Amino acid sequence: MKSLDELRAIREKMQKQVGLRSEGDAGIRVVVGMATCGIASGARPVLTALSDAVQEKGLTNVTVTQTGCIGLCQYEPIVEVMEPGKDKVTYVKMTPEKALHIVDQHLIRGQVVSEYTISGIMG
Amino acid sequence: MLAELSLNILDIANNSIRANATLITIQVLISTKKDRITIRILDNGDGMSEEMLTHVEDPFYTTRTTRKIGLGIPFFKAQALACDGSFSISSKLGTGTSIEATLPLSHIDRMPLGDITSTIHTLITCNPSIDFDYKYTYDDNSFELDTRTFRAILAPIPFTTKEVSNYIREYLAENKAETDGNALI
Repeated sequence: MKSLDELRAIREKMQKQVGLRSEGDAGIRVVVGMATCGIASGARPVLTALSDAVQEKGLTNVTVTQTGCIGLCQYEPIVEVMEPGKDKVTYVKMTPEKALHIVDQHLIRGQVVSEYTISGIMG
Repeated sequence: MLAELSLNILDIANNSIRANATLITIQVLISTKKDRITIRILDNGDGMSEEMLTHVEDPFYTTRTTRKIGLGIPFFKAQALACDGSFSISSKLGTGTSIEATLPLSHIDRMPLGDITSTIHTLITCNPSIDFDYKYTYDDNSFELDTRTFRAILAPIPFTTKEVSNYIREYLAENKAETDGNALI
């Protein structure tokens, strides 16, 4: 069994670094729809891919979270990107691969991947 | 229908989150001797009135103002009944809701448990303000992850920290493998 001592060690290590981080920095919010419609169409692997990539690339200004049904069930899995001072971007019919593309293009470089957005899909 | 029982668990737990629960207990209890898997999801959220409880298993009852109602509960119930299992729900306004399903392990129509580690990891790391008490039992072996214990050790380091999030995933995966010996469930 994995021991809790390992968790204590992580705490010791992290506590030394905690002062270095600027918490509460109003950054980018990435929201994944996680109601029955989202889950049924594969939202869980999309969310896992997003949060893993955000952690892996050290994007401390990005928070990945989940929400309920936003009423566009036929376009699930849906990922919304919200950034202060900018229009909300709604990505539809997401897959883990597309999600990683969004991390690279949108979250890191600030370029909206228009072919995955709801307006891009509907023409 | 959802392809994995672990997706039903994720779905039902999201009802608890929307019902303002601060503690969600999730139990996956497997007994090969009794040939059954029992799944329990208990919360201390808003709960439901008796009137609402009578409608909640009906997929076509929906009042678009209450987000607690939809296909989540009917799906889970249908999964259980499709393999001669049982399903029950009880709730009390102001106290919380509990859902329990018991399914025969060996029934051909039983959905697989699936990626339960991802379900629990997603719930914990995406809802850092909610406590989860997760227990996984396989015959005589079991393990538990209570975020209240983790929180006490970690404070003030958040669960969303990369190292902590990775630890939680490894804790769930390794302990599950040791508990069930990587049995196919």
